[in-house]
Amino acid sequence: MFGNLSRQDWILFLGFSAVVLLAPILFQPIGAAYPAILEKFCIFGLFAIGFNILFGLTGYLSFGHAAFLGVGSYAAVWSFKLFTMNVIPAIVLSIIFAGIFAFVIGFVSLRRSGIYFSILTLAFAQMSYNMAYSVLTPLTNGETGLQLTLKDPRIIDAMFITPGTGLPRSSLFGLEISGGGLGGFYFTAVALIIGFYISMRIFRSPFGLMLKAIKSNQNRMRYTGFNTRPYLMAAFVISGVYAGLAGSLMAAVDPLAGPERMQWTASGEVVLMSILGGVGTLVGPVIGAAIIKYFENIFSGFNENALNSVFSFLPDTVREPIVKLLSLFVGEGWSLTLGLVFMAIVIFLPGGIMEGVRLLTSLFKKGGNGNKPAVSGQTQPAE
Amino acid sequence: MTSATKSNIVLDVSGVNKSFGGLRALTNVNLQVEEGKVHAIIGPNGAGKSTLLNVCIGRIRPDNGHVVFNGEKLDSHQPHEINQLGVSRVFQTPEIFADLNLLENVMIPAFAKRDGAFTFNAMKAVSSEKELREEAEEILHDVGLYERRTHLAGSLSRGDKRRLELGMCLIQKPKLLLLDEPTAGMARHDTNMTIELLKRIKARGMTKVIIEHDMHVVFSLADKISVLAQGTVIAEGLPEEVRGNPRVKEAYLGEAH
Repeated sequence: MFGNLSRQDWILFLGFSAVVLLAPILFQPIGAAYPAILEKFCIFGLFAIGFNILFGLTGYLSFGHAAFLGVGSYAAVWSFKLFTMNVIPAIVLSIIFAGIFAFVIGFVSLRRSGIYFSILTLAFAQMSYNMAYSVLTPLTNGETGLQLTLKDPRIIDAMFITPGTGLPRSSLFGLEISGGGLGGFYFTAVALIIGFYISMRIFRSPFGLMLKAIKSNQNRMRYTGFNTRPYLMAAFVISGVYAGLAGSLMAAVDPLAGPERMQWTASGEVVLMSILGGVGTLVGPVIGAAIIKYFENIFSGFNENALNSVFSFLPDTVREPIVKLLSLFVGEGWSLTLGLVFMAIVIFLPGGIMEGVRLLTSLFKKGGNGNKPAVSGQTQPAE
Repeated sequence: MTSATKSNIVLDVSGVNKSFGGLRALTNVNLQVEEGKVHAIIGPNGAGKSTLLNVCIGRIRPDNGHVVFNGEKLDSHQPHEINQLGVSRVFQTPEIFADLNLLENVMIPAFAKRDGAFTFNAMKAVSSEKELREEAEEILHDVGLYERRTHLAGSLSRGDKRRLELGMCLIQKPKLLLLDEPTAGMARHDTNMTIELLKRIKARGMTKVIIEHDMHVVFSLADKISVLAQGTVIAEGLPEEVRGNPRVKEAYLGEAH
């Protein structure tokens, strides 16, 4: 069962797992070692891995994957409200709902390819967003978002434990998940590692090879005897399930769900993550997700005051215009910075960060600096 | 031809018409291909040769008329279903998987042959498919591309792409192989090599329909020739019969001659 992966793949997998599990120590120097941000890395990493199974392997660019993320979140919060604060039923429920949702949207959208496919998925996601915002208010609690209340039935929990005075926290058989502890991080980290492992197996499987072949030449696939539709459907549903899982983890570490999770900007973000990291590579999307979430955290935390204190060594006449200019790119304006970085990547490194890493390693090898050992799972080229 | 009984006709095209807008591409085309034979279709440019092959593989639906393969009407079949029945095609412009290596290019059709039109085998590994890989390596030997099996298919020259595509079809051991100008753009040496290869597989009893401009190729391979001009079959017969036919000369050289 664990066989069939090459030695290189095992090294990559073990390296990846080690980096993820040791993240609370490894990320200390860059100030990103606290659970809330690490959980974000893992959750969005998982989202991007799933997205990459569709976009990276088949080349079908979905602009509506946030819909599945949202469905997963809502399903999880409902599970917390109705049944139990244990995260396992929440995850199972999210996966089922996201899977069904992906099947329906995929069934319609996959009738077209290229830009038409992208537009169809975008339309579906915006439709879901608007419905969650308005007509589905009884299910989604509209603009406010779905939250836990003290009046929730929680029928399974009610049978075993007497409710405390405050809102309960989500847990995994006693291990606290929400509330900002390391328990939540390790839970998402294990989910990420399992998700990475499954994606790796898919990449190396005949099924994965067929998806790559569809990306390369779908016509040839048809005349070679393959019915390409079910292959695409399977890839679409798998990546939808990954998104649903990411959504349920989001709800697990912070039990609420709002319609903005389904908005097109959220769908666009996962596209950026995959492209920034390297589409079609194994670890690229995870790196892309971590980088975007890390810099979002840093840049959006900056404001004019912070800039002023950074440049306090400059005379006022110089400092003021500089701060004025830079403040456009931080805080609320962080997406402007992201846009510029993204443009630079697409123009100079179309293969994303993974291509950059590959170029650097080949440069090192040529330079005779071959004694450099493989650094870590995160910086190894996959594929 | 007269000795051909119904039972050993593999491909039977009867009364096929096809128009694109006002252009009549095929007019009442009839074609019978016997089992185990090499049937060449020749004719000037724009005669409808490629359209005819497209009709046979389900890429184009005929306006009326039928295509029957091994007793089965292909009218409502999808391209992948027609392939699964045993029809493979080499295209005029090579249709290969440019982003994958040669070995993968040849293994993919082998998967289609073994596992059918769809199998969900996401937890198996390509690397453990020893048998298929050996089969693919053998085919790459046959088409003379074995040494380059790890190269990306997109990096090949046009002639090599054609040979790769031929290999991709051969690994499926089709009952009927359709070849659309398999030697176009090849150097003489490669052309001869391809002829030798096609002769070898002829010995294995594979039925082939071949479209070709190169008369050297046609006359060294064909058992029977159909001449297509302006969408209709104007002559049909053994190679030596067709060679002397005045209507064929006229179609090729023009009436002004």
